[in-house]
Amino acid sequence: MATTTTTIEQPDAYYRVQQAAENAADVPGERLTLNMGPSHPSTHGVLRILLELDGELVTKATPDVGYLHRGDEKIAENMTYNQFVPYTDRLDYLAPLANNVAYACAVEKLMNWEVPPRCAAIRVLCCELARISAHLLGFGAMAMDVGAMSVFLYTFTEREKLYNLFESLTGARFTTSYTRIGGLTRDVPPGWLDEVAAFIKQYKPQIEETDKLLTRNKIFVERNRDVGVITREEAISYGLTGPNVRGSGVDYDVRKVRPYLGYEKYNFDVPVGTVGDCYDRYLCRMEELRQSCRIIEQVLASFPEGPIHVGDTKNYLPKKQKVLTKMEELIHQFILVTEGLKAPAGEVYFGAENPKGELGFYIRSRGGGVPYRLKIRAPSFVNLSILDRLLPGNMMSDVVAILGSLDFVMGECDR
Amino acid sequence: MATPTEAIQSLQSEFAGKVGTAREFRGEHTLEVDRDIIASVATHLRDKLGFDYLADICSVDNMGDEPRYEVVYEFASFSLPHHVRVIAKVSEDEQSLPTISGVYATANWHEREIWDMMGIKFDGHPDLRRILMWEGFPYFPLQRDFPLEGKPSDTPGEAFTRIAPLEGGPFVTAPADHNHDREPRARPPEPV
Repeated sequence: MATTTTTIEQPDAYYRVQQAAENAADVPGERLTLNMGPSHPSTHGVLRILLELDGELVTKATPDVGYLHRGDEKIAENMTYNQFVPYTDRLDYLAPLANNVAYACAVEKLMNWEVPPRCAAIRVLCCELARISAHLLGFGAMAMDVGAMSVFLYTFTEREKLYNLFESLTGARFTTSYTRIGGLTRDVPPGWLDEVAAFIKQYKPQIEETDKLLTRNKIFVERNRDVGVITREEAISYGLTGPNVRGSGVDYDVRKVRPYLGYEKYNFDVPVGTVGDCYDRYLCRMEELRQSCRIIEQVLASFPEGPIHVGDTKNYLPKKQKVLTKMEELIHQFILVTEGLKAPAGEVYFGAENPKGELGFYIRSRGGGVPYRLKIRAPSFVNLSILDRLLPGNMMSDVVAILGSLDFVMGECDR
Repeated sequence: MATPTEAIQSLQSEFAGKVGTAREFRGEHTLEVDRDIIASVATHLRDKLGFDYLADICSVDNMGDEPRYEVVYEFASFSLPHHVRVIAKVSEDEQSLPTISGVYATANWHEREIWDMMGIKFDGHPDLRRILMWEGFPYFPLQRDFPLEGKPSDTPGEAFTRIAPLEGGPFVTAPADHNHDREPRARPPEPV
């Protein structure tokens, strides 16, 4: 896809940086240390980078994370599995539904549960809608960082419609806490699937509109093409995931490599870049919007009926009606709420393809309702670890474009 | 690219005597290795067996057991669904193991996080500083004996080492030395 822009005959940004570096070496001058963040509009939260500048050229970058550290892993060791679901909302707070699903799937792997088809279908819908909403903010903010203000307003209009859908599904716009271990809090409300279908129908032309605003926009292309190039080898070594690794030409998508929730049933393509620059990462996100729409249409076309939670009555909350009238269900509910579900001893790692990359949960259990150790493999944390390698050699103004193209969320990075 | 069983066999023959027996749970293969050879194991897995993706490094504190700590490596692949978990046990006296950040660059930040949270050192690490907590924080919060409510500590150069101006106001809990004293949810013990 990057070849569609080869007609532009300006010296590219990478060449300009090389020129600037060559010229700068002749001028003796002292290095300037610039503190960027923790509150800076383009650091998207509380990332702090200590930049050492030679003129306008970055010579050294030291990222500093942890300003949003809440100790989620410590908290998880002190509560039952279901109690931790609301904390997962606050990881990647731009796609809370996807985090809920990833966490529930991880504990279900420990429990060796297979969720019913209807539950899996609803979860796939949740993940893909969350992906659309996260990418809309991701490249909306990226475009705004490089000067294209109006795109952000267009994408936020669409996100608002998505949040209305989330609200009617879960009761909350941001902090959804929609999944439970082995199921969901509630089934889809009546008519919700038609609303999703209507949204996708009206949204698909909107993708092309955003595409027209940005993809061949000369200023946008100039700011992003050949800027922040991550080679294939670097991307692999640094363990990048999500659109960042795909932009560098690695076709790694957890939904394809280790399918979960029945993703192997759906037809979708994994877009990959060729250069690994900011523009490729943007193009990957853009194409993933279309692919998410494709997946949603396929889910809606054959939406299964049936239960939305597992049949293990001792480990999944019984219906309230039964709790109030039956002795056995009352006991189960009491034990489940006070002690948690009966997880076996063991250890699992589960990774899910979230909008930012692979969100992984490693759970060590010694049996019982509380994890002995829960580790969150946050994609933003790993994606940011390349910054000290990536930023030096770039112009100060390109740092903003690179940060926008990496599309990180500090709530997830700092945990 | 080797399957997990092939990879474990290969590791067991390559590093005979320093590798424990493999175990399988939920389709995931786990292998314990000596902490000294972890860098060679990582190189072997990446170069000979094709595990090019280090998904995660985690640390576990088995307080009361000997050796106390475990460092858990998740080796996977960018193209195939194969996955091998390698565990290195670290005792409380040593509390260090070799770095693998020279093999996988992604290990750099993971190891810094483990040092920061669990207090396990990585020999040969290029930049072993705290990452989530600030430099000079005296504790390792993920160790099992660190209380959930935290411990008081000095924060040099921070603005909030003294009582904050709003404290004691109508919507603020009373100042106290420990969090559990000022926490409104933690009720004092009932008088007998």
